[in-house]
Amino acid sequence: MKPFDYVRPATVAEAVAAAALPGAVFLAAGTNLLDLMKGGVSRPDRLVDVTHLDGLDQIERLPDGSVRIGALVSNADLAHDADFARSYPAVAEALLSGASAQLRNAATVGGNLLQRTRCAYFYDTASRCNKREAGSGCDARDGENRSHAVLGWSENCIATHPSDFGVPLIALDAVVEIEGRGGRREIALDELHRLPGDAPERESALEPGDLIVAVRLPPAARAFASHARYLKVRERTSYAFAIVSAAAALRIENGKIAEARLALGGVAAKPWRARAAEDVLRNVAPTADAFQEAAWRALEGAKPSGDNAFKIELARRIVVRALLLAAAGTPARIPALPASPFAATSGAIHA
Amino acid sequence: MNHSISLTVNGARRDFVLDDPRVTLLDLLRERLDLTGTKKGCDRGQCGACTILVDGKRINSCLALAISHDGADILTIEGVARGDQLHPVQAAFIAHDGFQCGFCTPGQIMSAIGMISEAQAGNDPERIRECMSGNLCRCGAYAGIVDAVLEAQGHMEESNQRRSA
Repeated sequence: MKPFDYVRPATVAEAVAAAALPGAVFLAAGTNLLDLMKGGVSRPDRLVDVTHLDGLDQIERLPDGSVRIGALVSNADLAHDADFARSYPAVAEALLSGASAQLRNAATVGGNLLQRTRCAYFYDTASRCNKREAGSGCDARDGENRSHAVLGWSENCIATHPSDFGVPLIALDAVVEIEGRGGRREIALDELHRLPGDAPERESALEPGDLIVAVRLPPAARAFASHARYLKVRERTSYAFAIVSAAAALRIENGKIAEARLALGGVAAKPWRARAAEDVLRNVAPTADAFQEAAWRALEGAKPSGDNAFKIELARRIVVRALLLAAAGTPARIPALPASPFAATSGAIHA
Repeated sequence: MNHSISLTVNGARRDFVLDDPRVTLLDLLRERLDLTGTKKGCDRGQCGACTILVDGKRINSCLALAISHDGADILTIEGVARGDQLHPVQAAFIAHDGFQCGFCTPGQIMSAIGMISEAQAGNDPERIRECMSGNLCRCGAYAGIVDAVLEAQGHMEESNQRRSA
């Protein structure tokens, strides 16, 4: 690991100033960053430790009905907050389907969203990677790429974003609160991550020094609580990243879908909101036929980036099944194997 | 630049001067305190052999910088028994053959202690397997591990009930 300077700012403003310098990065739990530093993938000159800052580890219910999640709330504390899990069950299920219990105890809300891709060529410093080293090339294009992107990729980068948490968040219109050199601002989570285009090394809308201080779910996000699921296919049933995942949330009134929300994980460089699919589900009955149509819309424009054409059909089936599970109703308790299609209690039928 | 930190390790306060901020909690425990029960398996957060409790919560000590945990309360495998009296999870691992080579065992036991205090698994073996998935056992003693965790959890719940009755 390359040597670095360590600073522990006392305030958010000090943290922003310290991290705005070239070569500086924020340290939260470090569950991804330390791994990257040990492998020489990340080589920061300075770590700005934000874990001791006050006021960033609260879950607040705001008077307007939204919830504000501090950036330092751990993945486990958020998933196990009973009121949060009741109000946003797909978010809790997604959190519990990610990583291991040890990692969820440490990993933070802000860190989860800013974790880096698990593309093996990004991690292997002997490989060419445009994300790690701009302009060097992409060895994933002709490499082992069955888990890579099928939406929004470019010739320069076919990596996917690994977060589960971000998938239901983006479906529920989450907002990210950012403290930067110019003060406080907020952006839609959908605008936080960038598609690779010709600059895959630029992964987010954040500027030097920008610190995510909170994530907010708007009042409308609670309305999906009784019909919301997260479904995730992976190489093993626990402690693995998604090959494909989907968050589905429905607001059902008088037997019809008043509003649908749908997002996909494991398919693109960002959590992928499928608005075209949501549009065809407005004011229709929640039937398998309607969900098939939505699945086709969700994957419109998808194309293989390598040996991964199977992911397109897999994603369609996961979308249909996630929507069927959501329509059947949120279970009283998160299944023993969260988000797994193999969970005994999922009540799932094959699409 | 030197950094001073203090930790409570297995009930005792320990002060350290770090001449390099790169040291992890895992390396600090093993190299500075000779607490070598906490194992270095993968050193990348994938195997769980380095699991310890920090402020009561199980984490991978290989992915935690010591300098960032100034003031933390740490419990390692060396601190769970009371003298010669084994912790209920330790005793259950022996009773159920929850290991073969033993390398992953300290991490398994610390993870199980953390899991039981999280109170999420109940007595459902499938939930226990899911909640323990961050600990790999290359000997494949998983069946014994799940039995051990189930039994220890039952004992600990009983003694908690006796205490509160």
